Amino acid sequence: MSIWEYANPKKFIATTTPLVPWLLWGAIAILTVGLIWGFFFTPDDVRQGSTVKIFYLHVPSAMMAINVWIMMLIASLVWLVRRHHVSALAAKAAAPIGIVMTLIALFTGAVWGQPMWGTWWAWDPRLTSFLILFLFYLGYTALWAAIEDPDTAADLTSVLCIVGSVFAVLSRYAVNFWNQGLHQPASLSLDKEENVADVFWYPALVCIAGFVLLFVALVLMRTASEIRLRRMRALEARMRS
Amino acid sequence: MALKVDDLTVARGGVPVLAGISFEVADGAALVLRGPNGIGKTTLLRTLAGLQPAITGHIDFPEDTGAYASHADGIKAQLTVTENLGFWGDVHGADVPDTVFEAFDLTDLRDRVAGTLSAGQKRRLGLARLGVIGRKVLFLDEPTVSLDGFSVKMFATWLRESHLAKGGIAVIATHIDLGLDAPELELSPYKATADTAGGSDEAFL
Amino acid sequence: MIALLKRDLTLAVRAGGGFGLGLAFFLIVIVLVPFGVGPEAEVLARIAPGMLWVAALLAALLSLDRIFALDFEDGSLPLLATSPLPLEGVALMKGVAHWVTTGLPLTIAAPLLGFLLNLSPSAYLWLLGSLALGTPALSMIGTFGAAVTVGLKRGGLLMSLLVLPLYVPTLIFGSEAVRRGAGGFDATIPMLMVAGITLGCFALLPFAAAAALRVNLR
Repeated sequence: MSIWEYANPKKFIATTTPLVPWLLWGAIAILTVGLIWGFFFTPDDVRQGSTVKIFYLHVPSAMMAINVWIMMLIASLVWLVRRHHVSALAAKAAAPIGIVMTLIALFTGAVWGQPMWGTWWAWDPRLTSFLILFLFYLGYTALWAAIEDPDTAADLTSVLCIVGSVFAVLSRYAVNFWNQGLHQPASLSLDKEENVADVFWYPALVCIAGFVLLFVALVLMRTASEIRLRRMRALEARMRS
Repeated sequence: MALKVDDLTVARGGVPVLAGISFEVADGAALVLRGPNGIGKTTLLRTLAGLQPAITGHIDFPEDTGAYASHADGIKAQLTVTENLGFWGDVHGADVPDTVFEAFDLTDLRDRVAGTLSAGQKRRLGLARLGVIGRKVLFLDEPTVSLDGFSVKMFATWLRESHLAKGGIAVIATHIDLGLDAPELELSPYKATADTAGGSDEAFL
Repeated sequence: MIALLKRDLTLAVRAGGGFGLGLAFFLIVIVLVPFGVGPEAEVLARIAPGMLWVAALLAALLSLDRIFALDFEDGSLPLLATSPLPLEGVALMKGVAHWVTTGLPLTIAAPLLGFLLNLSPSAYLWLLGSLALGTPALSMIGTFGAAVTVGLKRGGLLMSLLVLPLYVPTLIFGSEAVRRGAGGFDATIPMLMVAGITLGCFALLPFAAAAALRVNLR
């Protein structure tokens, strides 16, 4: 039994449809727990006061903004190598979710930045990188929307995604070079010294898990509807011929 | 080495249009494709030339010997006739022989800028490219569009005497009689049906 | 491949506007800057490195959609694709031709426009150097963008959307080199980064552009 069997559109829909409600409700439950825990049952930060609590939205959405792009990159590679339609459609389905995640990260970053840095927007390397990532997402979805033939669109967007990934990483380093920034160091790193205290960290982990689950549920739903759209198109083309 | 096509299925925009085409063209022979508009003559020729992938089947002829020509013939209006042909000669690593100018009645137009040529003259220039690049297997899509009767004869003569006689091969989609002694392939029987396998939508049906 | 470069350059000269248009656009943008920010020499000197780079980048963007569009319309592209030239080579040569017709004139003109913006004297060499090293990357990235959008009806605007984010690293390092130069510092590091980006673009992007062209020719 190979994992590639799920690349068949019908099998994909049949397998994922029953999973989606579980994932969705699971995500909602976990996020509710995580956010309530984070907002009401953690102490205020010594320096930042209660503003620190936006962290529980900011960090997971920022992580997802990057992870969604990585997922799109992998899906694009799978499409180019193995020509599984589901893979291309999953990348297409993920992009708008990535855009929303990036926007949430930018928005919460601004809201957090206002009391901390005294300004809504600073050309801080991290924020700037996310703005650039947002532009990459825009270009990617615009290319999907502009091309009529679905296979051509899948091919071209995949090539763009690969090239874009290289340039996104390059931009990240360029931006770091360009401005050293106000942002605190990454909240999640393997080097334990830098990390925030455990009290803040456990609810944050729960929120991250919630966001991941939410993304999986949404991407499965959206991929299924992309598959159905494609199926309608195929049936229409068949009726005309 | 002849051109051999075996059980070929071709698609336009991901939809199979022709299926199960097999034929063989020997050295020095031509094949004329016939069929109503929209049957897929252009698609077939583009697939043979390697511009788009075939869904199934094999196309067999020596590598790097094919050339494709359609009504859009890549003529640059700002370059002269000689420069246009010289460019394609350079790209293919070939010189432009004087006989080509004669064969396509371009001798007097050599130094004219291509933008000032008439439609028929441009067409002759486009076809003259085939005489320059020295490719053996020609895939010609409606080569005689906008040519007058005299020019059509001229082209047919060139094809017969300078190309086929030297062992060249030509697959031609055309609606008019070129006066070639060539077999015809009627494409209508090969029209793909709705259940022909291999379309890009297949997985979704 | 040289034949293709020669033809494209001949076409650019004969068609007119090939060399001049981008250059005129560069000049106009630079002339507009003082109207926008005011005539104080200090302010202009401070923003000059960035403005010169941004204006050069926009001028290079202007002519990108012509890289493949003309060849696509008149049918040259499928003929080139079936010729002995690899499409990767075609893409590379198209990028080089675009650089010779836009990047090179922009680089040469930039120091003159630097006077208009009161650019610090110590920055001229760095400006010339960073543009000479950086504009080839802009041309090659643009060639990739043009290859992706060549079959589309209104590809021009979409191409800007695809290409401009890809220009970010080149812009950052390029203008940083000039800024450091203007401040009297050594700008070797950003210059090396610009050179690295250009080399990387020329090594890898022809393959991506050729892949996109093959898809668009299908």
